[in-house]
Amino acid sequence: MNCHAGSGHPGGSLSCVEIISWLYAKEMNYCVENKDDPCRDRFILSKGHSCLSLYAALAEKGFFSKEEFKTLRHAGGMLQGHPDRLKTPGVEFNSGSLGQGFSFALGCALGAKRAGRACRTYALLGDGELNEGQIWEGCMFGAHFNLDNFVAIVDYNKLQSDDLNTKITAIEPMTDKFKAFGWHVIEIDGHDFREIENGFTRARAMAGKPTVIIAHTVKGKGVSYMENVPKWHGSLCPTGEDRECAMRECGCEELI
Amino acid sequence: MENMRDAFGKVLTELAANRDDFVVLDADVAGGTGTYHFREAYPDRFIQCGIAEQNMFSMAAGLAESGVIPIVTCYAVFASMRALEQARNSIAYPEFNVKIAASHLGLDVGPDGATHQALEDIAIYRSIPRMSVVSPADPIELKAVMPYLLDNTGPLYLRTGRSPLPNVFDENTAIEHGKAHVLCEGEDVTIMAVGVMVHRALEAAEQLAKEGIFCRVLNMSWLKPMDEEAVIKAAQETGAIVTCEDHNKYGGLGGAVMEIVCENHPVPVKRVAVEDIFGASGEPEDLAKEYGLMPRNIVDAVKQVLKHK
Repeated sequence: MNCHAGSGHPGGSLSCVEIISWLYAKEMNYCVENKDDPCRDRFILSKGHSCLSLYAALAEKGFFSKEEFKTLRHAGGMLQGHPDRLKTPGVEFNSGSLGQGFSFALGCALGAKRAGRACRTYALLGDGELNEGQIWEGCMFGAHFNLDNFVAIVDYNKLQSDDLNTKITAIEPMTDKFKAFGWHVIEIDGHDFREIENGFTRARAMAGKPTVIIAHTVKGKGVSYMENVPKWHGSLCPTGEDRECAMRECGCEELI
Repeated sequence: MENMRDAFGKVLTELAANRDDFVVLDADVAGGTGTYHFREAYPDRFIQCGIAEQNMFSMAAGLAESGVIPIVTCYAVFASMRALEQARNSIAYPEFNVKIAASHLGLDVGPDGATHQALEDIAIYRSIPRMSVVSPADPIELKAVMPYLLDNTGPLYLRTGRSPLPNVFDENTAIEHGKAHVLCEGEDVTIMAVGVMVHRALEAAEQLAKEGIFCRVLNMSWLKPMDEEAVIKAAQETGAIVTCEDHNKYGGLGGAVMEIVCENHPVPVKRVAVEDIFGASGEPEDLAKEYGLMPRNIVDAVKQVLKHK
């Protein structure tokens, strides 16, 4: 997808593949058949730039054909550079402007609680996204309204667009910050399915507080030359030999 | 005279008795916006979001998705600037049915001064696709349009007001929503006004009539989509236009009218608006005198535009 488009955000899409896979494959009650049911579970990719993974998951679930991958970021295509709920089946929110997907998701959770529905809402955040003030407005809101039907996941790959998170601003201590804002905090290895499953199970058991799962991940995970390298954040795609190498390392030789 | 924010709070409270499809969101300014009436009557349909407008706006989109109509309330300066990007990206772009209702418009804000006097909000909200913009002229129109706004889906920016306003509509008039309203007929010039300036435009028209100048006065409460037909007709039939707004001169009612007129039937247009300056503290009436928004300023503008006809 990334290569067809000639641009995209590979690094941060690779770091959350396992989390997104688990959510759509196992955790959530969400599929093509119930996509308009108010009682469905909802996933909001608040770090909307990592939509490569979202689109891959939605295609796997049957929301659209993998043929659409070729249209990513192209004029007239179904797959926009950041998710668009009006153009792409399966997308809940037009994320991309950091912080807003999180607040939107909190609104979904509050709406569900007010309507007495048992559904759950999940929002995947970037670590750089936590720089935005709106996130902390949302955190106060989520705790105040006891949104225990809500789980935020932070894709903590330690890198944002320009540099390491810790070189940009005082993001640490992350766990303490969320606890101070009244959230239940779980830390996991974001590439380990057992820890992912365990994290969501523990989140379900928490009553009275929203949960944040801080997932420690590697940006560019799975492609050796991308791992932890800042330039693979965005607007790049591998070409030539690099492309072939990436495909092989991800187990997609047949697509080369 | 009823003030616009009390009218707003009361109409919401009245409507809530017969329809349960909306909730009211507040950012700790219920006393200022008039929603305290609603909070007292329907506390469980009143959602306090705190002084966190950006979260409130995006969160409202999520509530809309869950099946209720959120009415997001705050002051115009915060609706049009602090949370504008959220209005655009969380509400308008994904097309969620959220109604944004802003009080405290223009110099009418009064003593709070420049930080709170929104002089840019019409220009700003007009420029967002999928967003309608409505600014009723008086408490009667505000109460009449509210159910219509709830019954019609789509993102919306509603400008309520602050000060008491004399009625320009009669209690028994059937008001046609979406159209410019002809409040006074005339063929010499058209005065188009919005919000607090509408009753001042009518005063100016009365004065001018005594001098033999007969004005058509249009209430331009629908800023987007604007009644282009009425604007073009006014240009064709009266040949000169004066626009009046408690807003600065960039891109508000004046700009919108000029866009239509220049492209369709160019005639001289003069704007009565705040200049390229910030507001200041003062009583609304004193500020209107100081900043040139009084009926006599409208009279002067008419005489000037007629020179170019």
